[in-house]
Amino acid sequence: MIVIRCPYCHELRTEEELTYGGEAEIARPPPEQASDEQWTDYLFMRSNPKGPHREQWCCASGCGQWFKVARHTVTHEVTEVLRCDEPFT
Amino acid sequence: MQSYSFMSLVRHALRGNTGWRPAWRDPQLKPSYDVVILGGGGHGLATAYYLAKNHGITNVAVLEKGWIGGGNSGRNTTVVRSDYMFSESAAMYDLALRLYEGAARDLNFNIMLSQRGYMTLIHSQHMLEAAQHKVNWLACNGIDSEIISRERVQRMVPLLNMSRNPVLGAFLQRRGGTIRHDAVVWGFARGASARGVDIVQNCEVLGFEKSGNRIAAIETSRGRVACGTVGMAVAGHSSVLADMAGFRLPVTSHCLQAMVSEPIRPVLDHMVMSPGTGVYINQTQKGELVMGSVLDLYHSYAQRGTFLTIEKTITSVVEMFPVFAQTRLMRHWSGIVDVVPDSSPILGPTPIDNLYINCGWGTGGFKAIPAGGTLLAHSLATGRPHPLAQRFGLDRFRSNRLVDEGAASGIAH
Repeated sequence: MIVIRCPYCHELRTEEELTYGGEAEIARPPPEQASDEQWTDYLFMRSNPKGPHREQWCCASGCGQWFKVARHTVTHEVTEVLRCDEPFT
Repeated sequence: MQSYSFMSLVRHALRGNTGWRPAWRDPQLKPSYDVVILGGGGHGLATAYYLAKNHGITNVAVLEKGWIGGGNSGRNTTVVRSDYMFSESAAMYDLALRLYEGAARDLNFNIMLSQRGYMTLIHSQHMLEAAQHKVNWLACNGIDSEIISRERVQRMVPLLNMSRNPVLGAFLQRRGGTIRHDAVVWGFARGASARGVDIVQNCEVLGFEKSGNRIAAIETSRGRVACGTVGMAVAGHSSVLADMAGFRLPVTSHCLQAMVSEPIRPVLDHMVMSPGTGVYINQTQKGELVMGSVLDLYHSYAQRGTFLTIEKTITSVVEMFPVFAQTRLMRHWSGIVDVVPDSSPILGPTPIDNLYINCGWGTGGFKAIPAGGTLLAHSLATGRPHPLAQRFGLDRFRSNRLVDEGAASGIAH
């Protein structure tokens, strides 16, 4: 069971109360300047590491805020929980 | 290769069953091969088998990190069916089902195909209309299926509780069924090995030695191996190897779980799937109830179950079949599936010149094994995609021509 403390409402939430939002910090390239390859990469390609992963979760059953998490995809160990405006270390 | 038959059983029995030999060889890794296939699951072994059988290419190695069939091929619910809506998907999944129908004879190995009918329950008027639409669409693809009435469902599945989740009828593909999953792995391994393919287990890929835009050799835990072309069929670990090779995939890896109960008397003759509860269930020949439901929705490479999903599945099963409430759970397991945005596989060339891929089957890889093997073998042998694989290239994400079975077939994930 993944349990994360929401960095906004500071409540402890289980994975049942959270919504997973996939990889974090995917930057949208400017559509007019992006090449087709860059756009394809933005839309579809994902880093999918076996190990530490930077991702986003939503405190769906709580305060409703999205936040960032660093989690290991094998052990599910959460090493960092950040507000959206905080950078990963 | 020893041929298996009634006569060979009798002959060996008379000799006290001391003459059976291993079904496949356990060779050392040679320094080089024409084709190296990464992944000794169903898809990888079927690829090796069809490379040898259809194309006469036998200087082939299959590299498997663990033991063959120890990944998703040994971690599924053994269901086969071909009720896919887009004609290109239907052609591919039905090829798989037809090959499965002939596989026991072709491989001289009993894969225990049991075409007992795959049933999707219909819980509402809207679902009934969608199911009628689907039946018509499948008919256009040349795949027969039907809608059966509530009374027929009750007769076919007498233990089903039809009142709590109302059942108006069911979609039924009679050719759908189950297979002994290990037998598929062993059958293809035995067939490939007999034709000269080296199946090397406990051989993990550690890196690729590139020469220009080609893979010249592969570093493995059992040494270096040079290769002509490389085929990759590693399901949930596709992104890991793609990352090593230097390109990206539109794949996310998730944990998909299933579980079995203790064996009980035969009480469930068909496979039953309920979109209402999100559960599918069937009973094995041994009597165990095999149950599965939803994906864990976050990225995961953890090949183990989670209690939340077990609880969700079991409560849904008990909702559908209250009588199973007293049955004990015996085992649960999980496999890492490779989910793609349009729920269709990725087959054929990659950005690396001599690397061809077979991945993205998501939650439905087992049913597709013979087709996945045939199509990847064709790419490896000819350098071109098989006509049936043309719509399933990695380039479809760039050209935006997705084959969205997730939406069409109503796959939940």
